[in-house]
Amino acid sequence: MKKLLAGAAIALAAVTGTAQADGHANYPERPVMLMVSYGAGGATDFQARIVTMTAGNEDALGMPIAIINKPGAGGRVGWNWFAGQADADGYTMGAYNVPHFIAQSIEGGVSYSTDSFEPIANWGADPAVFVVAADSAFNSMSDVVGYAKENPGKLTFSGAGLFVGHHIAALQLEKAAGVKLAYIPNNKGGAGAMKAVIAGEVLGGVNNLSDAFRAREAGNVKILGVFDLERNDFLPDVPTLKEQGYDIDNASVNFRGVMVPKGTPQGVIDKLAATVPAMFENSRVASRMKAGGSPMHIMTRDEVLEMWAAREETLKELLAGL
Amino acid sequence: MEFIQYFGDVFVPFNFMLLMLGTVGGLILGATPGLSPTMAVALLIPFTFRLEPAQGLILLGAAYTSTVAGGAVSAILLKIPGAPANIATTLDGHTMAKKGQGARALQLSFLASAVGGIFGVFLLIFLTPVLAQWALAFGPSHLFWLAILGVTVIGSLDGGSVVKGLLAGCIGLWLSTIGFDDIMGAQRFIFHDSLAGGINVIPALIGLFAIPQVITMFAKGRSRLDAEVLEVERHPIGDAIREVFGRMRALSIGTITGSIIGLIPGVGGQIAGLVAYDQAKKTSPERDKFGTGHPEGVIAAESANNAMVGPSLVPLLTLSIPGSPTAAVLLGGLLIHGIFPGSDLFDNHPQVAWTFINSMLIGQVLMCIFGLYVAGLAARVAQVPNEVMAAVVLALAVFGSYSVQTSMGDVYVMAALGTGMYFLERFGFSAAPLVLGLILGPIAEANFIQGSMIANATSSVSQYFFTGALNLTLIAIVVLSVGYSVLMELRARRVVTTKDEAVAKEEALS
Repeated sequence: MKKLLAGAAIALAAVTGTAQADGHANYPERPVMLMVSYGAGGATDFQARIVTMTAGNEDALGMPIAIINKPGAGGRVGWNWFAGQADADGYTMGAYNVPHFIAQSIEGGVSYSTDSFEPIANWGADPAVFVVAADSAFNSMSDVVGYAKENPGKLTFSGAGLFVGHHIAALQLEKAAGVKLAYIPNNKGGAGAMKAVIAGEVLGGVNNLSDAFRAREAGNVKILGVFDLERNDFLPDVPTLKEQGYDIDNASVNFRGVMVPKGTPQGVIDKLAATVPAMFENSRVASRMKAGGSPMHIMTRDEVLEMWAAREETLKELLAGL
Repeated sequence: MEFIQYFGDVFVPFNFMLLMLGTVGGLILGATPGLSPTMAVALLIPFTFRLEPAQGLILLGAAYTSTVAGGAVSAILLKIPGAPANIATTLDGHTMAKKGQGARALQLSFLASAVGGIFGVFLLIFLTPVLAQWALAFGPSHLFWLAILGVTVIGSLDGGSVVKGLLAGCIGLWLSTIGFDDIMGAQRFIFHDSLAGGINVIPALIGLFAIPQVITMFAKGRSRLDAEVLEVERHPIGDAIREVFGRMRALSIGTITGSIIGLIPGVGGQIAGLVAYDQAKKTSPERDKFGTGHPEGVIAAESANNAMVGPSLVPLLTLSIPGSPTAAVLLGGLLIHGIFPGSDLFDNHPQVAWTFINSMLIGQVLMCIFGLYVAGLAARVAQVPNEVMAAVVLALAVFGSYSVQTSMGDVYVMAALGTGMYFLERFGFSAAPLVLGLILGPIAEANFIQGSMIANATSSVSQYFFTGALNLTLIAIVVLSVGYSVLMELRARRVVTTKDEAVAKEEALS
């Protein structure tokens, strides 16, 4: 019996030994968890479920990815948990939303920053757009800015909250156009902000391109401008803010992607960084995302690292005045 | 009348099977404390990936309908509301069950749910365009006044003392401020990471209702092992049907209140049952009997929470704006198939839209039939010995709280609130006003802040909140509601302070 136990112990040591030696070649050996810091049914959750649905395929991870929702406080609850309590073993991944988590870390009161996480890959980019009700008198951004110049501080427009992409876009517009606006954050997120525009509670609003596209299809809103560097495939007829003469870049674009906690073994990070972007490129994923009106934008780990750094710099500058 | 031509699709064998599956599954999920309708629908979304759009929506629609009604089972038998919508059902439903009328209460609740639910779906079918305009009419100032109307209900909600009701409501309002504030992101009363996201209503609901029950059961179980095994008298279904339609006032108040409140985006079904219960109580000549096991209380609450199901989907289906968390999940279920709610849905996918709506109609009927069957089995659930029941409820409470946001913090919150509530109940406070405060706090606060921000930018706060027909109407109802409560209080000079005394009083009356 003793011999048997000793043999088993040696065998076990050998197994763990090889696992460490070969740099996690067998990873992943069990299903992987993806933490989404927004509720089930929200845009981030919805897209995360689509882009990870092929994870179990042999050419992807070979193991399914399970979504775990940890919503609350505009994502802060989930990201706090992810930075502080998630196991850094590669079996716990998280979904990030930029600029949200970076802006929140600059604002303070949370226990994470860009240094707490290691990006793996980016799957989507949902630019902010400026919407007005279908019966509004405004037909271009210059109409909107003109009104704001005549009535300083009286142009009410809605967005999903403070320190999210919509708020960043609002700040950029104020700065670029040199006007004072009345940004009204909504407690029900993008959907609530959109309702405020359609119901005429506010004169306009910043909202997600995907939601605004749907609202325009339903005949409820006009879209006056895109807060991005280029026009979007979903809205080829809507000019960017830059085209309309306002110096606004893509700092407010809502980038969504996958990350792991700091301290995850480099071998695991490398393996994920190599396979995950390819997984996002699956044609089934692309067709589902397109059907749902969600713009895709796949970026590799290196590109995301660069994007995070650039975003942090812009946001620090923009939010310094608050 | 377009909907009639798509009725056949519901009865295709596979679709009908899905409908049955959604209904039965929904009843079971709904009866489990902690699994709210939103959760149930979200859990089912992945199953719809492989189905046709119409089939997927049949499953989701049936599950939504029956989880709302299923919550009544645990509300009546265990005094644990399955979801916020069922809080009002506990007030009279559980008292009825204590008196041995559990089967009757369940039958009444399912019949009332079906009547309310069918009315709500008919509103969705025939009046959608009109209702959509109505739903949009409620801006921040109106939602604020609506929440205040809810606050006025708090005091008169539970049979005992108005002062204690208001105090409990205030505790609830305070609890609702914990966490990052919704609009400005300010941190309030966060002394532990578990509270950063605020207190979620579902774990709070489970804790406040279930834990005091569990502690009581354990406490009694030691001394008297046979204590409080509920007797359930058989009750003929025919009598229940006659009774539901015999109490027309409660049924119609519940149905109409539920439909109106369900329609308003952002308020949803959470308070429909409570407001309907309060209205039914105030207009009833037998108002003293409410809270002591009066069938009208169950009928009003349950007809209201199912009547809200149909109208709550109006903003989603016509304007593509999800008006409630459940609607947001359904939106995901539609988008995954590339269908955009709004005119696109009714113009280009009428088969999907109408099959979905029809399945909710048939779902109400199926839900009622299965529910009545379940009511017959209630006797067995109620005869489980106390200590076993307490253990099962405790396990469900932990499981339910954890599963909402996969967070152990929610379990701590549930346990802490529940233990606190056990002691509060000893002093004659009750859980329902506390939960109502927790639900109404964020609605009142967020809408006041948004309203005042808009007001400051455009006109003045007083002009924004005190002018306009809808504002004035709501203010008038608030004043009437307060005045009526004060009047009743002065006239009755109620001496009843605890629920046991209320029960004693009811026994003396009958």
